[in-house]
Amino acid sequence: MAKSNKPIIWGTFAAGGELVSFVTPVLILLTLLAAVGHVPDMLGYDALRGFAAGWFGKLVIFVVLFLSLWSQAHRLRITFYDFGARADTLVAIMVYALAAVGSIATLVFLARL
Amino acid sequence: MSENRMAIRQVELEVLRYNPETDDEPKFQRYSVPCKNEWCILDALNYLKDNLDPTLSYRWSCHMQVCGSCGMMINGEPKLACKAMVRDYAGVIRIEPLSHFPIERDLVAVADDFMAKLKRVKPYLIPGEKRSLADGEYQQTPEQLARYRKYAMCINCMLCYAACPEYGLTPKFIGPGAISLAHRYNQDSRDGGRDLRQEEIATNEGVWECTFVGACSEVCPKHVDPASALQQVKVASTVDWYLEHFMSWVKK
Repeated sequence: MAKSNKPIIWGTFAAGGELVSFVTPVLILLTLLAAVGHVPDMLGYDALRGFAAGWFGKLVIFVVLFLSLWSQAHRLRITFYDFGARADTLVAIMVYALAAVGSIATLVFLARL
Repeated sequence: MSENRMAIRQVELEVLRYNPETDDEPKFQRYSVPCKNEWCILDALNYLKDNLDPTLSYRWSCHMQVCGSCGMMINGEPKLACKAMVRDYAGVIRIEPLSHFPIERDLVAVADDFMAKLKRVKPYLIPGEKRSLADGEYQQTPEQLARYRKYAMCINCMLCYAACPEYGLTPKFIGPGAISLAHRYNQDSRDGGRDLRQEEIATNEGVWECTFVGACSEVCPKHVDPASALQQVKVASTVDWYLEHFMSWVKK
């Protein structure tokens, strides 16, 4: 029997899952802090824009968004599957297309900074 | 626990009955069994068979959570009948054969599918380094033992298959039990058969059918934690895939 090629997708899912579980809660906390008016100088608009304008900042932001999008797309796909939706190919195309659009949009926005 | 282990109460059992040779479809039959507080469900079934209805069929052997024969659905959950205690249930107790398997008769599930899958994954030691008798035994450190010991606790009771929704939806899935046992031998320092097993389990109907629902680990009576075995197989198979496709000169 042929070995599966699913590792291509699962690799981003596993890496993204780790990232989402560690990084996303911190981002949510910082966003909430900012929303109630507690913005440390380091995380002010100018500082963050400066970070995002450099190549290292762009790389970090792209990796975080890319892996989050692809892992959550895969999570959605297997959630559909668990609930018994057997149209796996159609679901896969839809959720991965969304992740791809998000990834490309991230690239475009980062390139324009 | 009750203060009196020997106290007896009448317990209503609703048992699935099915004889494929005479019945059109399975149906439930109600029995009232005088159960002692210290009894497990298997004791209640044995009393039932000995005193109330000798035609009831079910599998059991050891009565001590070792043989893995008496797996059945008890109030909808896969359990070993020798591990589920009567005193933990209130009201009518519904007893059915394991889900996701055909019924051979009454509470006996047809295990052929699992047995065939077990054989496919080669759940036995394939020595990596051949040694003659004169070379002595294969030695192993406690650390090397710890890497697979948990997975060696499997008793092939198939509760994980009855719990796994993916196996229910896609019967060709090799499933939690067999893949965990393949992993048990892959993790063994004395073994060299991983490449052979990967041909079966690193496939779409192998580990990649798993969506990490985790029900297998919840119902496992021996705390094998099949879900962890399958996730470890996924990580290792992903590393394999990248090595095979981009760095084929690196030895796994």
